[in-house]
Amino acid sequence: MPKIRAGLLVSAIVVALALGIGVYAGADETPSTAQGLAAWGQVYSVLTHPRCINCHTATNYPQQGDDRHRHVANVVRGPEGKGVPGLNCAGCHQETNADSTGVPGGHNWHLAPLEMRWQDMNDRPLSSAAVCRQLTDRSRNHNLDGPGLLKHHEEEPLVEWAWNPGIRPDGSKRTLPPMSHEEFVAATRRWVEAGTPCPK
Amino acid sequence: MATYQININGERREVNVHPSTPLLWVLREDLKMTGTKFGCGISACGACTVHLGGVATRSCIVPISHVGDRAIVTIEGIGQDSVGRAVQDAWVEEDVVQCGYCQSGQIMAAVALLKHTPKPTEQNIEESMGGNLCRCGTYPRIRAAIKNAAAELTKGGA
Repeated sequence: MPKIRAGLLVSAIVVALALGIGVYAGADETPSTAQGLAAWGQVYSVLTHPRCINCHTATNYPQQGDDRHRHVANVVRGPEGKGVPGLNCAGCHQETNADSTGVPGGHNWHLAPLEMRWQDMNDRPLSSAAVCRQLTDRSRNHNLDGPGLLKHHEEEPLVEWAWNPGIRPDGSKRTLPPMSHEEFVAATRRWVEAGTPCPK
Repeated sequence: MATYQININGERREVNVHPSTPLLWVLREDLKMTGTKFGCGISACGACTVHLGGVATRSCIVPISHVGDRAIVTIEGIGQDSVGRAVQDAWVEEDVVQCGYCQSGQIMAAVALLKHTPKPTEQNIEESMGGNLCRCGTYPRIRAAIKNAAAELTKGGA
């Protein structure tokens, strides 16, 4: 019995070392298209979360809440995505969250431009392939290449806000995207390193 | 509690309140400036509109700790401004007010509109004023007063 146990232990160590070397080696390799597409799937799951997609509408108004209803107070997009005089986004949304009154806030609060819409006119999220094509179309994404997209996901204050969305007026916490910001950035990096592949 | 130096209608005022206190409560309860009204308390009606750093702002949902050194203009001070004066005159001329409760917010929103859009279209008025509710239904007179004020302000090709 001791010999068998020792054999199993050695085998386990060999397997563990092999796996470890494999993972380490994999970290230096360019992700395959399949790995890139898998990473894109993770990115897409974040982009279509209400904290993100509520401000990437195709309509003349933002949405709010996890049920993604139309924004209250007849708020409209306005020419620059910042509302209109008398009813600007900044008339409620300050530089940071106002947890005591339940109003979210962040620097330069605004809607994404229409060319960056991730929904159809009925407020339904576009397909993974459609969002991916749009995101990688430099005529529609402020001319961002892969590293530019990664930087946007990593550093843009309104992107980061999605993981610090504050408290609702009823005192409960707003829900978060389905992974951490670090995981989101890591997934974006893998997708970019794989050449930003898009699903068919 | 904390002490805040705030700039209201060109005057420096000091208040000692909890940082989470909405600006509306500071105006009404601490400074006794009751021209700005409490309507819904959730930024949905516009009765509490003031100008904060030149932006029409719902004072019921902005904590005092978020105000900083931005200038606050309320209905008590808007008449010192030429656009504000013209809007208030037009309001009187058109006899806009019925019960009056929402009107200070309506005027503050209208002034914000005309400061950015001196010759507003119907759509401009619709969109900019769409968040200010009036249960008396004075909307047609509000619209007429805004047009009158715009005409007065742009007289002479301005």
